[in-house]
Amino acid sequence: MTTAALDSASAAAAPGRHRVTELSELLTQRTTGKPFVDAAKMRTRNVNVYYGEKQAIFDVGLDIGRNQVIAMIGPSGCGKSTFLRALNRMNDTVVGCRVTGEFLLDDEDIYAPKMDPVALRARVGMVFQKPNPFPKSIYDNVAYGAKLHGLASRRIELDEVVEGSLRKAGLWEEVKDRLVQPGTGLSGGQQQRLCIARAIAINPEVILMDEPCSALDPIATARVEELIAELAENYTIAIVTHSMQQAARVSHRTAYFHLGKLIEVNDTQMVFTSPQHELTEAYITGRFG
Amino acid sequence: MSLVNLIITLALLIAAAYFWAHSRSLALAKPLGGIRHLHSLPLYYGLRGAIWCGLPALVVLCLWLMFDDPVVQSLVLAGLPADAVPAGPAERSLFLSTVVNVASGALPAADQPAAVVAAAERYNALRGTGQLLVAVITLGVAISGLLWGVRRMSPQLRARQEVERVFRWALLACASIAIFATLGIVVSVLFESLRFFEAVPLTDFLFGLEWSPQTAIRADQVGSSGAFGAVPLFMGTLLISAIALLVAVPVGLMSAIYLGEYAGSRLRNIAKPALEILAGVPTVVYGFFAALSVAPFIRDLGASLGLSVSSESALAAGLVMGVMIIPFVSSLADDVITAVPRSLRDGSLALGATRSETVKKVIIPAALPGIVGGVLLAASRAIGETMIVVMAAGMAAKLTLNPLEAVTTVTVQIVTLLVGDQEFDSPKTLAAFALGLMLFLITLLLNVIALYIVKKYRELYD
Repeated sequence: MTTAALDSASAAAAPGRHRVTELSELLTQRTTGKPFVDAAKMRTRNVNVYYGEKQAIFDVGLDIGRNQVIAMIGPSGCGKSTFLRALNRMNDTVVGCRVTGEFLLDDEDIYAPKMDPVALRARVGMVFQKPNPFPKSIYDNVAYGAKLHGLASRRIELDEVVEGSLRKAGLWEEVKDRLVQPGTGLSGGQQQRLCIARAIAINPEVILMDEPCSALDPIATARVEELIAELAENYTIAIVTHSMQQAARVSHRTAYFHLGKLIEVNDTQMVFTSPQHELTEAYITGRFG
Repeated sequence: MSLVNLIITLALLIAAAYFWAHSRSLALAKPLGGIRHLHSLPLYYGLRGAIWCGLPALVVLCLWLMFDDPVVQSLVLAGLPADAVPAGPAERSLFLSTVVNVASGALPAADQPAAVVAAAERYNALRGTGQLLVAVITLGVAISGLLWGVRRMSPQLRARQEVERVFRWALLACASIAIFATLGIVVSVLFESLRFFEAVPLTDFLFGLEWSPQTAIRADQVGSSGAFGAVPLFMGTLLISAIALLVAVPVGLMSAIYLGEYAGSRLRNIAKPALEILAGVPTVVYGFFAALSVAPFIRDLGASLGLSVSSESALAAGLVMGVMIIPFVSSLADDVITAVPRSLRDGSLALGATRSETVKKVIIPAALPGIVGGVLLAASRAIGETMIVVMAAGMAAKLTLNPLEAVTTVTVQIVTLLVGDQEFDSPKTLAAFALGLMLFLITLLLNVIALYIVKKYRELYD
C-alpha cells in the first residue's frame, strides 16, 4: 500500500479539498473481499436506505452466514446501525425512512407485502445499545415475548422458558432468587444479559445486536462477549460494534462500512491481518474513526 | 400633594437617580482609564442608585397606605369629647362610617349632629395634613437615600453584588406572596368554620344525612329547624365527579395514546393544541351548554325510553364536566407517555409485539403512576368545579346515586348560601365556610397524593 493511498484514506475523516476526488474514487469501487457465502441465513442485495431526502445506505449486498457471527464496523454515521435495523424492519417505525433492495431470510423476502413485520421481528430478534429492560420484574421481562406469542400454554412451561433463557444468557445463577424484583434494579451488564435472555426466549433464528457493550464496563463486556460466542452455536448473529478488538474477538466475518457503502467483507482474521482495501486498513490501523 | 402626583414624582426621582449614578460611575472610571477598572459595570451603579433612592421611599409609602386610615380614625375619635363617642365597637364603627361619609360629602352635613360635623371636619383636616406629611417624608427619604448612595460610590464598590442581593430578596418576596395568600385564605376559612362548628356539632355536619340550611328568624317560625348534614352534598359532588371521570379518563387517555403513539407529527401539532383549547373555554360557557343543550336532550331521550328524567340532572352536569376535564387528563397523560423512553418501545417491537400490545403491556404500565397523577388532578378540578353544576345540576339536596335525578354539590350550596342578603353570623352563612374548608381539604389531599405519585414516577428513568 502506498503512502499516497493511506493519506487519501485518512483524509476521509477531514477531507481536504484536493483529496475529495480520491476518496470518492475509493468509495465507488465495488465491495472488496467476500460479501457472499454459501448456506447464508440472510441474503441482501442492492440495498438502499433513505431518511427523507438523504440516502444513508448505498447499494449494499451482504450475506449473513448461518450460525455465524458477523461484525459490522466503521466510523460513526457509516450506516452500519441503519443496515442492521433494516434486517428486521425496525426502520419501519422510523418516520420518513425508506428501504429498497432485496432481503431474504431463508429464501423468504422479508419486505414482501405478505410478510408481517411483527412476525418477522419474532424471528429476527434485536438487542440494543443501551440495556432497555421493561420496568417489570425479571421474570416478566423474559416471559414478555413468550406470552405475546403463546409459546407457553401453562405456567410451568413458562417457568421453563424463563429459566432456560436466563441459563443460556448466563444470568440464572445470579437472579434465580429474585425473579420477582424489577429488571431495572440489576447492574448494567446484568441488564444487558437480561435483554439478551428476553430476546432468545422467543427462539429467534437471527439475533441482531446494536453495539451491545458500548454502555458496559470491561468486565461486563467480557461476560457478554463470552455469551455471544456461546450463542453462535445455535443462532445467527449480526453485531454492530465500535470496538475493533471486540469484532476481532467475537466474529467469524467482519464487514467494514464507510459513508453508507460496504467497503470490505472478509473472514475476521483476514480483515484484521491483511485488509485488502485502503479505507479498511486506514480504519483498523487507527488512522480515523 | 395627591397620591398619584407623589408616585409620579418618585418615579422621576428614581429615573434621575439611575442616570446620575450611571454617569457618576463613568466619571469615576475616566481618570482610571475606562470602565474595566470599576468593580461593576456602570449599569449596576445606576441600578444601585435607583434602588437606594426608590426602595426606602416605597417602603415608607406602603406603610403609610396601610396605616393611614386607622391612625386618622383613632385620632378623630380621641379628639372628640368622651360622651360624643358611642361605647360599643359596632356602634363606634357605624359612627365612624357616618363621619367618613359626611367628610367625603356623600351625606349632607346639615342633617347630622354637631359632633359628627365637627369630627368630619377634623377628619378632613387630619387627612390633608397626613398627605402633606407623607409626601414630604417619602421624597425626603428618597432624596437622602439617593445622596447617601451616590456619596458612597467608589471604583471598589461592589454594586453588582448589592443589586444581586436586592434582586434575590425581590424574588423571595414574590414567591412568598403566593404562599401567604394561600395561608391567609386557609386561616380565614378555618376561623369562620370554627364559628360554625360552635353552633352545629362537627359530627352532625360530617355524618348528617339531611341538608336544609334554614335558621329561625323568629322563635315561633314554622319549618325553621336547620339541618346541616353535609353527606348529601358530598354524595352529589362524588356522583357528578364520578360521571365526569368516567367520561374524561377513557377519552382523555385514549386520545393521549393516539396522539403520542400513532398520530403523525403534523396531525399531532394540530390536534394537541386543539384539544387544549377545551381547557380554555370559560366554565360558564360549559354551564349553559349543559343547562340548555345537554340536560334537555337527556330528558327527552329519557322520556322517549320511558324513564323519568328531571330537567336538571347529575348526568348532564357530569357529562359536560367530563368534557371539560378531558384536556387535563389527555395533556398530562400525553406528557408521561411521551416521556417513556423510545428504547422501551423499540425493545417491545423488536420482540415481535404490535403497537397496541406495546402500549398495553409496556407503555401504560410504565406511565401508569403519571397517568394516575393526572387523573387525580383532574378529579380535584372536577370536585371544585362550580359553574357547570350551578347551572345544570340543580339545588335539591337529595341523597341519591341515581344520575337521572337532580342533585346538588358542595360548591353549588356555597354559592346559594352566600348569594343575596344574608346575616354574616348565622350558621346558615357560616356553613358555607365549613363546606369550603372540607372541599379545600379534599382537593388538597388529592393534589398531594397526585404530586407524590407523579414525583415518584419521575425518579424512575433518571
